[in-house]
Amino acid sequence: MLDRIKDFASGFFVTGDPLIYGADVAIVLTMIAVVAVLSYFKKWGWLWKEWLTSVDHKKIGIMYIIAALLMLFRGGVDALLMRTQLVMPDNDFLKPEHYNEIFTTHGVIMILFMAMPLMFGLFNIAVPLQIGARDVAFPFLNSLSFWLFFMGAMLFNLSFVIGGSPNGGWLAYPPLTEKMFSPGVGQDFYIWGIQISGIGSLMTGINFIITILKMRAPGMKLMKMPMFSWSVLASSLTIILAFPILTVTLALLFLDRFLGAHFFSLDAGGNPMMYINLIWMWGHPEVYIVVLPAFGIFSEVVSTFSKKKLFGYKSMVFALMSISVVSFFTWAHHFFTMGSGADVNAFFAVSTMIIAIPTGVKIFNWLLTMYKGKISFKLPMLWTMAFIPCFVIGGMTGVLLSVAPADFQFHNSYFLIAHFHQVLIGGVAFGYFAGLYYWWPKMFGFTLNEKLGKWAFWLWNIGFYVCFMPQYLLGLMGMTRRYSTYGWDTGWFGLNLVSTIGGFLMGIGFLFQVWQILHSIRFMQKDKTGDPWDGRTLEWSIPSPAPMYNFATEPRVGEVDDWWEEKQRLAAGQAPQPKPALEPIHMPKNSGIPIIKAACWFVAGFGFVFDWLWLAIPGLVGVAVCMLAHSFNYDTDYYIPVDEIKRTEAAARRGV
Amino acid sequence: MSQQPHSHGINDGSHESHGSLKSYIIGFVLSLVLTVIPLVAVLNDMVNGNAALVVLLVTAVLQFIVQLVFFMHLREEKKPRWNLMALILGIVIVLTIVLGSVWIMEYNNIV
Amino acid sequence: MANHGNEAAAVHHGHGHDHGHEGHHDLEALRQMGFWLFLITDCILFGTLFATYIVLHHNTAGGPTASELFEMPGVIAETFILLTSSFTSGLAVLSMNRGDRKGLIGWLIVTAILGASFIGLELSEFIKMVGDGAKISTSAFLSGFFTLVGTHGLHVSVGLCWMIALMIQLSRRGITPVTRRKVNIISLYWHFLDVVWIFVFTIVYMMGVM
Repeated sequence: MLDRIKDFASGFFVTGDPLIYGADVAIVLTMIAVVAVLSYFKKWGWLWKEWLTSVDHKKIGIMYIIAALLMLFRGGVDALLMRTQLVMPDNDFLKPEHYNEIFTTHGVIMILFMAMPLMFGLFNIAVPLQIGARDVAFPFLNSLSFWLFFMGAMLFNLSFVIGGSPNGGWLAYPPLTEKMFSPGVGQDFYIWGIQISGIGSLMTGINFIITILKMRAPGMKLMKMPMFSWSVLASSLTIILAFPILTVTLALLFLDRFLGAHFFSLDAGGNPMMYINLIWMWGHPEVYIVVLPAFGIFSEVVSTFSKKKLFGYKSMVFALMSISVVSFFTWAHHFFTMGSGADVNAFFAVSTMIIAIPTGVKIFNWLLTMYKGKISFKLPMLWTMAFIPCFVIGGMTGVLLSVAPADFQFHNSYFLIAHFHQVLIGGVAFGYFAGLYYWWPKMFGFTLNEKLGKWAFWLWNIGFYVCFMPQYLLGLMGMTRRYSTYGWDTGWFGLNLVSTIGGFLMGIGFLFQVWQILHSIRFMQKDKTGDPWDGRTLEWSIPSPAPMYNFATEPRVGEVDDWWEEKQRLAAGQAPQPKPALEPIHMPKNSGIPIIKAACWFVAGFGFVFDWLWLAIPGLVGVAVCMLAHSFNYDTDYYIPVDEIKRTEAAARRGV
Repeated sequence: MSQQPHSHGINDGSHESHGSLKSYIIGFVLSLVLTVIPLVAVLNDMVNGNAALVVLLVTAVLQFIVQLVFFMHLREEKKPRWNLMALILGIVIVLTIVLGSVWIMEYNNIV
Repeated sequence: MANHGNEAAAVHHGHGHDHGHEGHHDLEALRQMGFWLFLITDCILFGTLFATYIVLHHNTAGGPTASELFEMPGVIAETFILLTSSFTSGLAVLSMNRGDRKGLIGWLIVTAILGASFIGLELSEFIKMVGDGAKISTSAFLSGFFTLVGTHGLHVSVGLCWMIALMIQLSRRGITPVTRRKVNIISLYWHFLDVVWIFVFTIVYMMGVM
């Protein structure tokens, strides 16, 4: 009996690597510490009532951001492990199979469990406040989306210590990822982790489209909406059109592995190239999903810190919306080398070049907004200014890659790696950092230390170029991605060494950001105005952090940048707009169903990973029970009485 | 919160758009006819090859439109017609997925 | 879109908007529009399954082909049953709009019975195929077939459970703004499943035996 347990455990837990044992210990210690702290301070009830069951968009946004920053840490550690392995030729710091796992988890985590939740966090924080709404359209669904993301991410990360990590690359191409070649459970963790969080992303997309289309404050016509909200609309639209494709593709791969179907296998008529075709139909729009909101953030930041109206509002809207649709017609440029014939390659090369045009338009809009503006170089603006050259270079190497014949040389080389890191770090990560710094005071009611932030900024930026510029050269010299090591005779040593140094500079930059946050919490500089940047849009017209109902009375909007215009009117001595009388506010009740339902999905997913139907079926039954419980529950909302609104508003104003 | 959707002249809240028994019956009869036509034509070999494909696809698309109009009352939406726009975009993407895959995979059939 | 019936809007939301045309558009209308977007995503889900089926359907790998396998009488019966149930779900909405709760529940029961017989026929078709050695693991063609048709069947089955839950709620609570929205949504869902079936019938079955 004991032997059988031992036998099971040695297969169940990941063993044999000191790095992983270290991580095991760290995970257990952290969990014990968290439980101990919560129990000692008797905070379990508070955690459950105020956070885990909350349907408040602001709290959900904060939870997304915390989770995303944790995932940034994990993905970053993966990156630095890879750079350490590649620092010199013939290095044996990581075994090849371990290296495969690390580049797989790095990619998946950074895109799906870091960029996506950070983006959703900012959606949640900013959009309802910007458009003058009291919450998103479907607060319950919003909470469910978050918990599905969270449980999916946890399931994926669990593979690190239980069962073994996936090692088939971030998009898991078959036939490598078929049962025949990847018999372990890592690939199943991949499928279920992404599948569960993907359902959440899809629902978030629906939620924000409806929120933006139907819940804007009276008077805010679509063409008077803040640009970030426009970018969220564009991104959400792309989400709802693209994510179903991912759901199906992963489901088909799962059927191949679980039921022995033959969609992507090499035998019985399957065709692995169909997988590549399908996954990029999601994968290409996905990069626009994450980058469009960053464009929205830059637009807000540039306009606010240049004290000017955004240049070319209409062209910006047009650029955002056209990118969100055209992004569906370029997917095949990810596999020019697959052999689809000259007409296919020509079509997708041209469509890829076309999509660069609206992107270029935006760059000019931002530059012309800054032109003759009174620019203040606060952190959000710094990140925006760093973004522009970085993204221009990344975009132009992208156009080089879009030339199909040339791509036969660049394909899967470090040239490609450098290109997409340049647009994803220079575009997406810099954008979300700018957004995080910009809305931080609105989230928490205090600003972040500028000096430490500047250290982090320069470390990240210098580190970025030191890390990735050499990789373009390495690519041209013939170094292919996913090599776990290389020989002395390749001549790649020097550039790899430089690249690794750059990677670690960015790592130190991240540590500075953590320090910055901790330092700012300790020596808190409260933002008492609610409007620390002299902002332009509605979120800056209310106290920081926003009261739970956001707006005591519904704002009425007359023009673009309404809050800025209102401030100009006040400064000119005009009377403030009269506010309607307070009325009771209708609010949704918190609910424990989302977290329980997502946990049931986790259980079901874990069961499917190990082919344990005795676990998977109860998990699915749990999901169904949660759905029914929600359907039969008619007690879902309440009113905040006027007295309470008055008290809250008075307290907020005392702070001012 | 949320309980305060601001409308901008939308499709709902209307009292007149219920669909009527008549429209449901017309829709049902048309659907029946459009199902019977391909059955009779194709299963009895009245048309073959590409002509049969055309008959099948045309009747299917017509029936799709019939159901949208008579069962789902798509015409009754008020402006701005978000639902119609979303539907058109969805159809464009579906066609892209199907036709794009067929086009690309035509070269890659390894069987 | 189901614009059917939205006196739903009459639901009281405690803070009278006094600004003109605003304010009648309540949560239930929002939910209906959200559901429409969900159906669009479902369209894309089925579109992807159709694409996969179309690309792989010649790859029978020595197994049975479409024309050897499909038995049209059963499929034709399924088609007419589902079409009729789409019609009866519309009649349920009409009864609801007349305020006729009994009629509403009655037509929903008819719809559910038709839906259940559709599922029964489909299951017996699948069981027979598997019995004849045409399994999901036999060939790429059959993997695509079972997944596409099975996903549609799964949708119908989920709709059935949902319809039963809704009938219980209707008998307990009557026709309220909330249950009204739920009936509108499920009838929309049901019409949508019939539309998907039109294409399954045309592309998978008719073109398969042609």
